[in-house]
Amino acid sequence: MATAVDQSAFFDWLQRIGDNALVLGHRVSEWCGHSPVLEEDIALANQALDLIGQCQLWLGLAGEVEGKGRSADDLAYLRDAADFRNVLLVERPNGDFGQTLMRQFLFDAFHINLLRALKTSTDKRVVDIAAKAEKEVAYHLERSADLVIRLGDGTAESHRRMEKALKALWAYTGEMFHDDAVDVAMAEAGIAPLPSSLRTAWEATVKAVLSEATLPCPETVWQHGITGAGGGKKGVHSEHLGFILAEMQFLQRAYPGAVW
Amino acid sequence: MEQTSKPDTVEVWRWLSEVPDPEIPVISVTDLGIVRQVTWEDDTLVVTVTPTYSGCPATGVINLDIENALRSHGIDRIRIERQLSPAWTSDWINADAREKLRAYGIAPPIDGTAADGRLLGRVARLSGRSNMTVACPRCGSTNTEKISQFGSTPCKASYRCKDCLEPFDYFKCI
Repeated sequence: MATAVDQSAFFDWLQRIGDNALVLGHRVSEWCGHSPVLEEDIALANQALDLIGQCQLWLGLAGEVEGKGRSADDLAYLRDAADFRNVLLVERPNGDFGQTLMRQFLFDAFHINLLRALKTSTDKRVVDIAAKAEKEVAYHLERSADLVIRLGDGTAESHRRMEKALKALWAYTGEMFHDDAVDVAMAEAGIAPLPSSLRTAWEATVKAVLSEATLPCPETVWQHGITGAGGGKKGVHSEHLGFILAEMQFLQRAYPGAVW
Repeated sequence: MEQTSKPDTVEVWRWLSEVPDPEIPVISVTDLGIVRQVTWEDDTLVVTVTPTYSGCPATGVINLDIENALRSHGIDRIRIERQLSPAWTSDWINADAREKLRAYGIAPPIDGTAADGRLLGRVARLSGRSNMTVACPRCGSTNTEKISQFGSTPCKASYRCKDCLEPFDYFKCI
């Protein structure tokens, strides 16, 4: 039996899922006009669009749950870094094309399982958004996995870069699966799965793809954002988020209320 | 202008069937299956529209085009509502529209081939060894290859024909 939903925890949780999509969407959009080939430029821009569209839905619902009349745009453009709840992985810099794809793959493999589990949420609004987003993210995962395989099992240079990216990002994957009080409240209310329950499926996907990509799966390493005071889910971010917000929020900060 | 009578919703559907999709103007918004419902609420016509993709930039233009078309038929009070569920699927594109897509140079969707993100059984396909054949909309050849799952709009993938050598769009399944 689901217990009454703690609205402030629900608001927090919705910002987590919405901010993951927003920050990763923004990161991916940074490639627009800079990709190695036209097809990849188009693919990245389309994925950025999907993620920003999903973010609008999640943050729109967050504003509704908060009940203070804030819209998705208000939340995206007018919160400061400490109010963002995305995991640290999605704010990692793009690096080279290989690092961008590896980050995308590690997140997509988590994202798809999260969305799939949310289709049985006790909140119909969450189910509706998840069902829509899952179909889009299935394409994201196909593409990122495909390219991780092709580049990992590609030339010596592409293999070296993919291995380097995997090592650099691995210490940011644990935060996605770390349960805290907000997650426990959401699980008890039947709104969302415990993040830790998604780890097995993620590991299976990641191991299968890395193996096909001839990339060794990293050993257990110390993970960012779990122990101590840090962590994106708690609003304690790396220095990179501030630069993202400076670019993303500039217009609304400098010209409040500006519209097209 | 004061509205004197409320047109029948059948008539409204007919008008909507003449509103082209802004990105693919050979098909209409009703061909695409994104208009889900048309009802009168007192004096207000409520049109329920579902987005194709969450972030499709055409969504705003589509709503505006629908509103403008209805206004041109004398309807003043219009409300456009967004409906997310059931999520849009390319299966809703009707048969006529599929032919129109092909004639326009876009290979229509092959139902039942949407990505489902279940990777383990799909590694062969992921590695570029596609098990799906998309016929070239220009020459009809099935000797084609996928260039990218993503194309000129969120709803399309990029393909290339290895016989007539033309690149083309494939309206991918979702």
